[in-house]
Amino acid sequence: MQFHKYDVVIIGAGGAGMRAAIESGQRARTAVLTKLYPTRSHTGAAQGGMCAALANVEEDNWEWHTFDTIKGGDYLVDQDAAEIMAKEAIDAVLDLEKMGLPFNRTPEGKIDQRRFGGHTRNHGEAAVRRACYAADRTGHMILQTLYQNCVKHGIEFFNEFYVLDICLTETADGPVCTGAVAYELATGEIHVFQAKSVVFATGGFGKVFKTTSNAHTLTGDGMGIVFRKGLPLEDMEFYQFHPTGLAGLGILLTEGARGEGAILRNASGERFMERYAPTIKDLAPRDIVARSMALEVLEGRGAGPNKDYVLLDCTHLGAEVLETKLPDITEFARTYLAVDPVKEPVPVYPTAHYAMGGIPTNVHGEVLRDNDNVVPGLYAAGECACVSVHGANRLGTNSLLDINVFGRRAGIAAAEYALSHDHVDLPENPAAAVEAQVALVLSEHGQERVADIRTELQATMDANASVYRTEDTLKQALHDVQALKERYSRITVQDKGKRFNTDLLEAVELGFLLELAEVLVVGALARKESRGGHAREDYPNRDDTNFMRHSMYYKQGDGLLADIRLDYKPVTFTRYQPMERKY
Amino acid sequence: MTATAEVSTGSRGNQPPVPDGAITVTLKVRRFNPEFDDEPRWDSFEIPALPSDRVLNLLHYVKWYIDGTLTFRRSCAHGICGSDAMRINGVNRLACKVLLKDLLASGGKPTTITIEPIKGLPVHKDLLVDMEPFFEAFKAVKPYLITYGNEPTRERIQSIADRERFDDTTKCILCAACTTSCPVYWTEGSYFGPAAIVNAHRFIFDSRDEGAEERLDILNDVDGVWRCRTTFNCTDACPRGIQVTKAIQEVKRALLFKRV
Repeated sequence: MQFHKYDVVIIGAGGAGMRAAIESGQRARTAVLTKLYPTRSHTGAAQGGMCAALANVEEDNWEWHTFDTIKGGDYLVDQDAAEIMAKEAIDAVLDLEKMGLPFNRTPEGKIDQRRFGGHTRNHGEAAVRRACYAADRTGHMILQTLYQNCVKHGIEFFNEFYVLDICLTETADGPVCTGAVAYELATGEIHVFQAKSVVFATGGFGKVFKTTSNAHTLTGDGMGIVFRKGLPLEDMEFYQFHPTGLAGLGILLTEGARGEGAILRNASGERFMERYAPTIKDLAPRDIVARSMALEVLEGRGAGPNKDYVLLDCTHLGAEVLETKLPDITEFARTYLAVDPVKEPVPVYPTAHYAMGGIPTNVHGEVLRDNDNVVPGLYAAGECACVSVHGANRLGTNSLLDINVFGRRAGIAAAEYALSHDHVDLPENPAAAVEAQVALVLSEHGQERVADIRTELQATMDANASVYRTEDTLKQALHDVQALKERYSRITVQDKGKRFNTDLLEAVELGFLLELAEVLVVGALARKESRGGHAREDYPNRDDTNFMRHSMYYKQGDGLLADIRLDYKPVTFTRYQPMERKY
Repeated sequence: MTATAEVSTGSRGNQPPVPDGAITVTLKVRRFNPEFDDEPRWDSFEIPALPSDRVLNLLHYVKWYIDGTLTFRRSCAHGICGSDAMRINGVNRLACKVLLKDLLASGGKPTTITIEPIKGLPVHKDLLVDMEPFFEAFKAVKPYLITYGNEPTRERIQSIADRERFDDTTKCILCAACTTSCPVYWTEGSYFGPAAIVNAHRFIFDSRDEGAEERLDILNDVDGVWRCRTTFNCTDACPRGIQVTKAIQEVKRALLFKRV
């Protein structure tokens, strides 16, 4: 066991983690612990843009952006947080530009902006050009730019250190976060990092689904660790399905394609979004477009030999727009489906994309231990966190915004907390739980294979807990997940070595996935309404009387089979009263 | 010095159902785990696969259903994160961007695909190499925007033409496919290598940047751009289609003519 002492420890090196590190690293002694090399993080897969009311190409203001975010989130958004995000978006974009991000430019040399789903002029009048972008690799450029600036500022990274636990020390005022415990992939060694503040920035858990835009490594580790500590998770039933995944594969094709004018068509060539969202059509928010696509397929209007997808038609955009503004997705379609978007429409279908829920925080990134109190020294930002700026459905581009605005805020808050507090003693034997966990996975239990359990988990989640849900499908999913959890207790991994044991890694990741899948399903069963990304066929309407509230889940007891307690938290309103959501 | 293990078709219980249209291919993988092995060896696996499968799917099949100790890096699985650069049939590629249909033997003959770690970096285990020397070379070229004086309140102005000038080199995902395809890098590890020069180029030709001279001084070093022998392996290897050799030539020209 090795021991380290820092002011601030940041877990995860995607956009949120590195944005936090740039702030924290210039103020306090900071270490970034990351399962992957920083540039492998999935921020790099984001494509279309980052919205901010710069008004570089047409009239816009941050209040409209706030409204769009709240309406887009089906009014489950905490409005104070949405205001902060929309207001600070402008500086967030300008900061990135000053760090060197190569945004596309207008003829005057300013940052160019394009249209994106759900982003409108004057509270829904028409689509507005608000998304700042770098071709269709905006996330890649954000990740690279943040990494470059971490290099510039000499930020200390512990690459391929897999954090498996955090240290909470009990005090008279409740638990205080005092550090983190990591498994070093290269050596199998356990490291304890004592810290005054710890920031989670570990991303999402899309791998609970089979068809997903998410990386293999997005297994909800941070959310899982927090949940196992008895701390709550929020709004986990709200999972976003991005409308345009490459059919059958789930690889993302940016909404920016529709922002540039691409059109969704069914088998007969009809522009079906005109029926579902007459004003902004193909640029409706993602939940609405994904449901419309699923309905077209369910009602027999899907394209292809099995009528199981719809078509994204980019052919009228011309080769130049595709090659210069959408080069990556053009190549994805060519490489993976052998379809040339210049000449023919691309088969697409919704793909599991983004967790609206996560670790509950306030607007400073401080993690909540219940509705009213925070855990001193513990922070979270980005997809693993729930502020909540996305409510029941996130608008496109708002995730790249979220990681920059709240990553920065969490980094500053964590460093300032560290500078004004002393180290608190670690709990006794801080590494014991992780040592036991690793030893347990490496020991022999039975004949169950990690890959089989994961495959079955993903299959049941795709079939029973995706775009449309019912009581029956969700009960089936819950039954399956619980059976898989029981089987998980009988897994055996083949690799027993210490050196880069990715067999062990995948087994640990599967444990997190199973736990988070169950929380998602339990939440979806309890929420007997349809709101944003959570669509219940048996409860098709939004029910503000009973469900205008955040869900809060707590793990009851230890072990993978422990119960989940469901509680609720009020939504914060400032000036926007809930209205019917039409586009 | 290398041993060839027997063909393994699976030892972990039932295999998943074979999909319609699957063909059997042989995956010949270079193995080495210094924790247990004295020397590297080749292992062969016969596996069912679809022509539309990525090579990464084939590796996952081995890891998940035949031999859990097979070790490699991967993450996004669609050519964006840069984790899974490896030598596939002798050339550097991302395993998630090569489809089986492009590797099939002609005339319906049996297909064997050889997979090795990228060359020039120490092997940690199987296909997983030590990336630290690669990232050290990247960091050495000051890969970040350098400016002096006061920052503007709004964004810096940059024309579309100026932005276009370095567009190609902003695509780099730091996968190391170019650097580890370079014969100069194989023999002289002190050479910065193509990826570092690509990332220097990205800033040298950015009209907002004021650090071109510092970077050009670094690249004028004995281990800098002059080591390049213009073999174009790097350009062929780049999974992002970056004109790597051209970028290196532009840096050389900037050094010769003292202007960018």
